[in-house]
Amino acid sequence: MYDTSISEKTVTQNSIKFSARNVQVHYGDTHAIKDVSVDIEDKTVTAFIGPSGCGKSTFLRCLNRMNDTIDICRVEGDIRLDGQDIYDKRVDPVQLRAKVGMVFQKPNPFPKSIYDNVAYGPKIHGLARNKADLDEIVERALRRGAIWDEVKDRLNEPGTGLSGGQQQRLCIARAVATEPEVLLMDEPCSALDPIATSQVEELMDELRKNYSLVIVTHSMQQAARVSQKTAFFHLGNLVEFGETGQIFTNPQDERTESYITGRIG
Amino acid sequence: MTSIAFLALFAISIIGYVWNITAVNAIRKGGNRLHSLGYFHGMYAFLVSFIPVFVVILLWLLLQGPVIEWIVAGGLPAGEYDGLGTGEQQLVMAEIKSIARGTIFGEPEEWKIAAAERLTRLYTLSSRAMLIAVVALGLGLMFLSRSKVSAEFRARHGVEHIVSGLMIFCATTAVFVTIGIVASLLFETLKFFDKVSVSEFLFGTNWEPQIPLREDQVAAEGAFGWLPVILGTLVITAVALFIAVPVGLMSAIYLNEFAPCRLRAVVKPALEILAGVPTVVYGFFAVLTVAPAIRAFGAQIGIDVAPNTALAAGGVMGIMLIPFISSFTDDALSAVPRTLSDGALGLGATRAEMVTTVLFPAAIPGIVGGVLLAVSRAIGETMIVVMAAGLIAKMTLNPLDSVTTVTVQIVTLLIGDTSFDNPKTLAAFALGMMLFIVTLIINIFAIRIVRKYREAYD
Ligand SMILES: Nc1ncnc2c1ncn2[C@@H]1O[C@H](COP(=O)(O)OP(=O)(O)OP(=O)(O)O)[C@@H](O)[C@H]1O
Ligand SMILES: [Mg+2]
Repeated sequence: MYDTSISEKTVTQNSIKFSARNVQVHYGDTHAIKDVSVDIEDKTVTAFIGPSGCGKSTFLRCLNRMNDTIDICRVEGDIRLDGQDIYDKRVDPVQLRAKVGMVFQKPNPFPKSIYDNVAYGPKIHGLARNKADLDEIVERALRRGAIWDEVKDRLNEPGTGLSGGQQQRLCIARAVATEPEVLLMDEPCSALDPIATSQVEELMDELRKNYSLVIVTHSMQQAARVSQKTAFFHLGNLVEFGETGQIFTNPQDERTESYITGRIG
Repeated sequence: MTSIAFLALFAISIIGYVWNITAVNAIRKGGNRLHSLGYFHGMYAFLVSFIPVFVVILLWLLLQGPVIEWIVAGGLPAGEYDGLGTGEQQLVMAEIKSIARGTIFGEPEEWKIAAAERLTRLYTLSSRAMLIAVVALGLGLMFLSRSKVSAEFRARHGVEHIVSGLMIFCATTAVFVTIGIVASLLFETLKFFDKVSVSEFLFGTNWEPQIPLREDQVAAEGAFGWLPVILGTLVITAVALFIAVPVGLMSAIYLNEFAPCRLRAVVKPALEILAGVPTVVYGFFAVLTVAPAIRAFGAQIGIDVAPNTALAAGGVMGIMLIPFISSFTDDALSAVPRTLSDGALGLGATRAEMVTTVLFPAAIPGIVGGVLLAVSRAIGETMIVVMAAGLIAKMTLNPLDSVTTVTVQIVTLLIGDTSFDNPKTLAAFALGMMLFIVTLIINIFAIRIVRKYREAYD
């Protein structure tokens, strides 16, 4: 099979962070993810692409067990983080989510001040020893989220009062502030202008030095620019997974090819 | 006659509707583009003739009685009517009316029979005139709206204006009725303050409204200090909230966030049923079950407990308020978008952390509003306390003592037939007024708090 050969090849380069085998997801009677197996490497940006409704968000949410919060959602199969089965009874989803951060598809700032939004994670995980420490964490996170200059004078105003794109970057800053090992980003640039987009892409590049990143994007250019690995989903199936360059220049599956060239989706 | 007038009005309005629509269709066949859809032209005709004529009919029915009586009274022979006091004039008029209706007692004077005939004649005349006026006005308005139909006529705007006017009317009706109620209450209250000074009422600590059994017994007048009464209300309300708020909040949070689906499906309807139990049933429960239980328990540990304690009444009232508070809280929590709680969980918050730091603060405005409404209800609740609280007003904060409440006092003051001009009965209105003011203040607070938080949160 094509995708297994790819993953064998890449094992040698970076250690594997997530390894998913035969994952099935059902929402009630809807079969949203069909038998997906994939390996996500450390210190790598992996891009999920595919037409709307193909299950990218669903699969992403499996990786930090956010699907647990949906009553009708059923996840089967085997997903391991650093070799540990994350759906094991003994795994605490709360600790898992502290390690595997997430930026949601829709910006969801808390109805609190901008400062408190970013400080939320560090506070509940006790990352800051004192106020000065926390201030520093917040500023660093907001800088990485490429939004510091816009909000540095209004840190006490509600985060919900920001524009859509600003909210999106605030949510990125909020997720980065908890220092997760893996960051899952669901269309993090969907509401951003080109400048903010390139700043967020720089952030991804920087984070990649230490962390593993998984992003969902509808922009082929973005996937090509920032990711090293690309996975193409279609109707709940993982159609093709491999080196980004390979997927974009020489796709093996005709569905991938027609999606990339704009014929389906 | 009146029903014929209404039928005529309906007929005219509907004909106007159809007529305008036909006219519009003709214009459209002629190849013109219309500003408004045909439906709006029809509605315009309907509303323009229906509403004014309807108002005319109502006013006519309202005013014809007094006007006719006034004319009849003016035509009575000099000296028989104009010299009398109001009460006696009313008596004469009532007699004339009953003669007109055909019920004659004894041998009425000649002029009264003549006046009765006049009255009947005037009524017939009035209703015919009304029918003519209705038809004439209705047709006039129908032709007016028909004459306006044209391609450019903005019938939609016309209809929208009329409908928004109607909505404004409906919205203000409630306000004006409330003002009317308060005004009538105020009137009686002022009469009360003629007899008892404001400072005695507001700051007096003694409440012993006496009943003067005979006219000459006024010497035994009571004391009208409302403080012990309102204190009793506050003690019972405090007990009720002490039970209802924590239990209501906890149950709502549990059902909303932690309960498995199946439990929620059972418990939520059960709570709603609890909200539908009549207060009189809660009253039975308080008197027959809770009060004796508290008394027995007190006896066991050696405390002397009154038979009708504030604790029993307030406790049962608290049970009554649990579904109230929990359903308000539940609504407020469910209104918080799912993405917010997901956001907190996604950052590694536990469910409890998520509830206390994100969900609950975001739902605070709704919750506070619900709690304050519950306070208003507790203060105004009557049936439970009439059955389970005491009658004697005492300055005490002890929930194991027997206290009385404002509502209980109002009820006892107004029971039995006492005339409406002694301080005892009037005191009921003063108490009612104070109750109104207290709940009004609480509601204003509720609205302000809700608004303040809402500003801070979105
Ligand atoms: N909460 C849910 N309840 C029921 N069905 C759901 C739910 N979330 C997603 N689905 C279904 O699962 C399928 C995959 O949805 P998903 O959100 O993963 O798509 P996606 O690839 O992220 O699409 P998009 O690019 O539009 O975000 C869809 O058919 C959707 O209808
Ligand atoms: Mg999605």
